[in-house]
Amino acid sequence: MFFKYLFSTDHKVIGLLYGFTSLFFLLVGFVLVIVIRWQLAYPGEPVPGVGALFGDANAPGGIILPEFYNQLGAMHGTIMVFLGVVPLAVGAFGNYLIPLQIGAPDMAFPRLNLASYWFYFAGGVVMLASFFVPGGAANNGWTSYAPLSDLAPGHGQTMWLVGMLLIIFSSLLGALNFITTIVQLRAPGMTWFRLPFFVWAQFITAFLLLLAFPALQAAAILQGMDRVAGTSFFLPSGLAVAGQPLEVAGGGNALLWQHLFWFLGHPEVYVLILPAMGIAAEIITNNTRKPLWGYRIMVYSLFVLGFLSFVVWAHHMFLTGMGTVISAFFQATTMIISIPSVVILSSLILSLYGGSIRFTTPMLFALAFLPMFGIGGLTGLPLGLATTDIPLHDTNYVVGHFHYLVAPGTIFALFAGIYHWFPRLTGRMLNDWLGRIHFVGSLICMNVIFMPMFVQGLAGVNRRLWDGGAEYVHAQEVLYLNVPMSVAAFALGFFQLFFVLNLFMSLRGGRPVEPNPWHATTIEWRTEHEPVRIYRDPYDYSVPGAPTDFVPQHHAEPQRV
Amino acid sequence: MHGTLPYTTEIRPDTGLTNPKLGIWLFLASEVMLFGSLFSSYALLRSAAAAWPDQSAVLSVPLATLNTIILITSSATMVLSLVGIRAQRFDRFRLHMGLTLALGAAFLVVKVFEYADKFAHGLVPATDNFLGLYFTMTGVHALHVLIGMVVNAYLLWPGARMWRTEPQRFTNRVEVAGIYWHFVDVVWIFLFPVLYLL
Repeated sequence: MFFKYLFSTDHKVIGLLYGFTSLFFLLVGFVLVIVIRWQLAYPGEPVPGVGALFGDANAPGGIILPEFYNQLGAMHGTIMVFLGVVPLAVGAFGNYLIPLQIGAPDMAFPRLNLASYWFYFAGGVVMLASFFVPGGAANNGWTSYAPLSDLAPGHGQTMWLVGMLLIIFSSLLGALNFITTIVQLRAPGMTWFRLPFFVWAQFITAFLLLLAFPALQAAAILQGMDRVAGTSFFLPSGLAVAGQPLEVAGGGNALLWQHLFWFLGHPEVYVLILPAMGIAAEIITNNTRKPLWGYRIMVYSLFVLGFLSFVVWAHHMFLTGMGTVISAFFQATTMIISIPSVVILSSLILSLYGGSIRFTTPMLFALAFLPMFGIGGLTGLPLGLATTDIPLHDTNYVVGHFHYLVAPGTIFALFAGIYHWFPRLTGRMLNDWLGRIHFVGSLICMNVIFMPMFVQGLAGVNRRLWDGGAEYVHAQEVLYLNVPMSVAAFALGFFQLFFVLNLFMSLRGGRPVEPNPWHATTIEWRTEHEPVRIYRDPYDYSVPGAPTDFVPQHHAEPQRV
Repeated sequence: MHGTLPYTTEIRPDTGLTNPKLGIWLFLASEVMLFGSLFSSYALLRSAAAAWPDQSAVLSVPLATLNTIILITSSATMVLSLVGIRAQRFDRFRLHMGLTLALGAAFLVVKVFEYADKFAHGLVPATDNFLGLYFTMTGVHALHVLIGMVVNAYLLWPGARMWRTEPQRFTNRVEVAGIYWHFVDVVWIFLFPVLYLL
């Protein structure tokens, strides 16, 4: 009976498997960062309670060694991005909702779908196992920049590459499955412009996964060759390590790694954001009881975003000295790509105008997503221009910027999605009060953690510092911020307990509800199992003359009064 | 459950595609990006290199030419196997699919001799970046040939049972396997001049 679920090819079961696994990895990634935050606030002091568990090689007497700190940082990023947020946003929400929202019986390739999950699972196991090999996990940052990563001793980095190859393969299988499903299995009447915005967002996301990830596949193969077969693709001539000239052929190019990595890495940013925008759009229309403002413009913006995300990657590399001409090109494309993002965000804000907003728990998270994503986006503008990026790039400012996008941005939208669709999964509501405590606590804590990073970054505090900047004179004035930031991080963990508690309690004890408790128009809420025909646009809320303030997509013309 | 999924065998009228056909083309799109990244890396490393060996002097052009002929022939037999199965001639399908499989194996055997010869002369991936790229790119390609052979062998033996139960679906599978096989062939058509001749 257990195996029935582990090896089911049903898209809902696979979606749940993705959901549970990615929530577990989000927890792992969060625990890693809790240890990091302790070290940043109290450098050189033993980690209370769990310090002894890390072993003498990593943390003698519970005091984090710099090498172990680097492992924590690299693996926090890797786990959060590749094993936590993307599998939750795409694997879980996409798998569960896309077939339901387009009226398909299942994904186009159910067995491929299951294979995709197990490749992801295997990748996660390899990543976790790498902590326990001699030398520990990868410790070269989540970007694994060469030549550092090429030359890193131990097997951690090699396992990171193997894990990434498995995760990439999983994403490729998932992406082609999503696209085929959306193109081929739309129910009769579900024309392209009747697709819910969430499906559009997943559609573009799948193309990004499909076409951007292979670059990292190639990069991982090349770096694997460098590490295992002794090639020097990323090792320039004349490299010396510890005073000794390196005995390799040389002639490689360290920047090649960065180009390949960011060719994946930048579309990956939109892989993180687009599903979150899709979820926010669904919840905002539902809770404003109005059609989405500018639905078509938003869809066109998705296309522009998807296309442009392939030609902005080198704005992560202004600091490498790749030349002003290339920098000029990439800062121009970067400024252009901000336009469709702003169009989508503005449309979501305009959707609120004149609505009678229901402040449900999912709506609170979706509403918070808007300004949080806005802060993340606006603080990105100076990073997109080479001149202002150069002093800011290696500072905490960048850490604050992308965490605003991903943590109170994407993850808030994902929380919104969980609160919104939980009744679809279980027939029960999540507890509202626990949800509100979770929301308010998380919102405050997230801002207390990430807002001071801008202050520290502008003061020039470098990121990836083992002691949080304690040994630098210029960091002294903003060093005190590390303590409230870390306390807020611990409190953030505390407030997540309300969420976990809520999840488990509501499974059996939640308030039972009717099949369409939010009175939504999209068809994932319908209860009939027979094939469906679609008659209307996705968001027919408050249609004048209709008997209710929502007309589901599979209802024929409502009776005019 | 799979029986209830529409468009696994029949064509969806408004898109003109079956699911597997769209799926394999999407997969190949990602493969284009994979090999494209490898070719781009080759271009970048070579154009920035202080010195680059004379490729045709290091590698064996006759063996590669032989392999090119083998692989192109295998693409032709792959087409013939599809023609055979479409004409309801299972025997012709089996003959030509068997030939495709044998030619794929021949390609790999030649490749093994090529590799062994390089190793015997002390030419390994670590020697220089050209040989590193040669072994990496042809290695990734050979892996694709091997996967194609596994698929072909499946269709030839255990998978062939489907011909009796769902002939149309089996025909589609042969077509999809063929699309993949031709792609692997095309990659070699690019690898051959870039690594051996230029």
